[in-house]
Amino acid sequence: MSAGPSSSPQYSNPVVRWIEYRMPIFSTLDNFVGGSYPTPRNLSYWWNFGSLAGIALTLQILTGIVLAMHYTPHVDFAFASVEHIMRDVNFGWLLRYAHANGASMFFIVVYIHIFRGLYYGSYKAPRELLWMIGVVILILMMATAFMGYVLPWGQMSFWGATVITNLFSAIPLVGEGIVTWLWGGYAVDNPTLNRFYSLHFLMPFLIAGVVVFHIIALHQFGSNNPLGIDKKSPKDSIPFHPYYTIKDLFGLAVFFLVFAGFVFYFPNMLGHPDNYIEANPLSTPAHIVPEWYFLPFYAILRAITFDIWFLPAKLIGVILMFGSILVLFFLPWLDTSPVRSARFRPLYKIFFWVLLADCFMLGYLGSQTPEGSRAVFALIGTLYYFFHFLILLPLLGKLETPKPLPASISEPVLRTPLASPAE
Amino acid sequence: MADTAATHPEGEDASATRRDFLYLLTGATTVVGAASLIWPLIDNMNPSADVLALASIEVDLSAVEEGMAITAKWRGKPVFIRHRTAEEIKEAEDVDLASLRDPQPDSARVQQPQWLVMIGICTHLGCVPLGQQATDPKGSFNGWFCPCHGSEYDTSGRIRRGPAPTNLLVPDYAFVDDTTLRIG
Repeated sequence: MSAGPSSSPQYSNPVVRWIEYRMPIFSTLDNFVGGSYPTPRNLSYWWNFGSLAGIALTLQILTGIVLAMHYTPHVDFAFASVEHIMRDVNFGWLLRYAHANGASMFFIVVYIHIFRGLYYGSYKAPRELLWMIGVVILILMMATAFMGYVLPWGQMSFWGATVITNLFSAIPLVGEGIVTWLWGGYAVDNPTLNRFYSLHFLMPFLIAGVVVFHIIALHQFGSNNPLGIDKKSPKDSIPFHPYYTIKDLFGLAVFFLVFAGFVFYFPNMLGHPDNYIEANPLSTPAHIVPEWYFLPFYAILRAITFDIWFLPAKLIGVILMFGSILVLFFLPWLDTSPVRSARFRPLYKIFFWVLLADCFMLGYLGSQTPEGSRAVFALIGTLYYFFHFLILLPLLGKLETPKPLPASISEPVLRTPLASPAE
Repeated sequence: MADTAATHPEGEDASATRRDFLYLLTGATTVVGAASLIWPLIDNMNPSADVLALASIEVDLSAVEEGMAITAKWRGKPVFIRHRTAEEIKEAEDVDLASLRDPQPDSARVQQPQWLVMIGICTHLGCVPLGQQATDPKGSFNGWFCPCHGSEYDTSGRIRRGPAPTNLLVPDYAFVDDTTLRIG
């Protein structure tokens, strides 16, 4: 796809030249995020969220490492050490609020990134593996966020950990053994807190590693674009640097404004007040809710309240909750339409927004107690979610008549036919 | 094939078999070795010796009057001990077993009908059901109500409504004397 092998760039700085000769780090960077990476010329601001996610991950690692210097992973001290961070440690309040809200920012950015991919068909050939690696990142993020939320050892930490680890007890035969193994005991206790701390420290680095695979896969064919068609000539692309580095930087500034708004003005808005009560294994809070980014999945988990054949309701809920993420692995093959961008898919465009609304509805229902009509809506929302991926998408590709695709990326942008004689 | 025969004078078939065998043996040894290295990494996450050490507790029941309930802590879990009233016992015994999700007669869940001893953890996802305090909601069956996902248990701790699959568990326990209970 590139415009021929670029001759090894000549660097004027002798130190750079010396290093480059022995380790081609500068040309590698140039190929990845520099002037030698050809990028579709029509990327919109929806394409900012990949790099924003990378920055959010970096910030989480930075603030997390510093917080780890002041935190004590022990059931008797964890809660107090978090208050110690908030009150005594210099700028501890800032670091903790940045880390806690940073997790939410990370998820907002990643969810937008995912729905961008859904709208513009970024998961379709030849980017299936890129998409699947992204799903792996999402799963790792969820595990990391879940374990991180346990560390302050508040009531929501404890009961969230109890409920989520208990999900595995739904597995027939080995379930109880797995739960005991996860806990290191017969209830969520000190061994659990210790291992969650260890894994919460490890997993961001695993994510960073998988992000490298994500980027390698991305660079094989380059970014998708709002038209969803391939680059056909050098006119269709512009160098990543400076065009998209500057665009990403502008998006980053906006991101930081929102982030700072939360950290400085609404630092506890996305948290739950009950987590400022220390964990008490003998008393469950009246209403347990997970963090906002898990709410739709939580609604799916609770949606089934009746047994089906030999399957108990609990097991079905667990299967559906994990299935709601795992189905994304198969999305590139479930969507049978060869057209990527929803711009040229009049029906898919509608159902995309229905799916998004469905996810918001499930998110709201996940935050409420499952009673009366809410339980019914949660069931409908859950069924629709799977209907969208498993039934609608395979059919839509066959039933829908897509609009005609433009001949090239540059055609609608430059408003001149590709064949116009530039020579 | 000719090459093989030339380099291995004993005969191609014999040597091929022997080499295959050595490959398999080496591979199998490696797998066993790797598995035996991985196992400590997995098994160390299981409960450690101090956690396993059977902690049994003794509970003094002399102050628990009829209609009262107390919560003891055993192995990090709440244990519900309820001194049931005659009315509650009758309610528990009169239930039609066929209507239960996890059919179990009340007599199988108690040693002495007035004392109901159960692990106070909802069998759905591990929350502690409400119902121990006189002011708690007890659900429609006058027993326990789990606030997390709405499971309702009756006066014998059996699941009656909601997502939980089984009745509240009964731990091993014994009456040391009339007013002392040993759990574990």
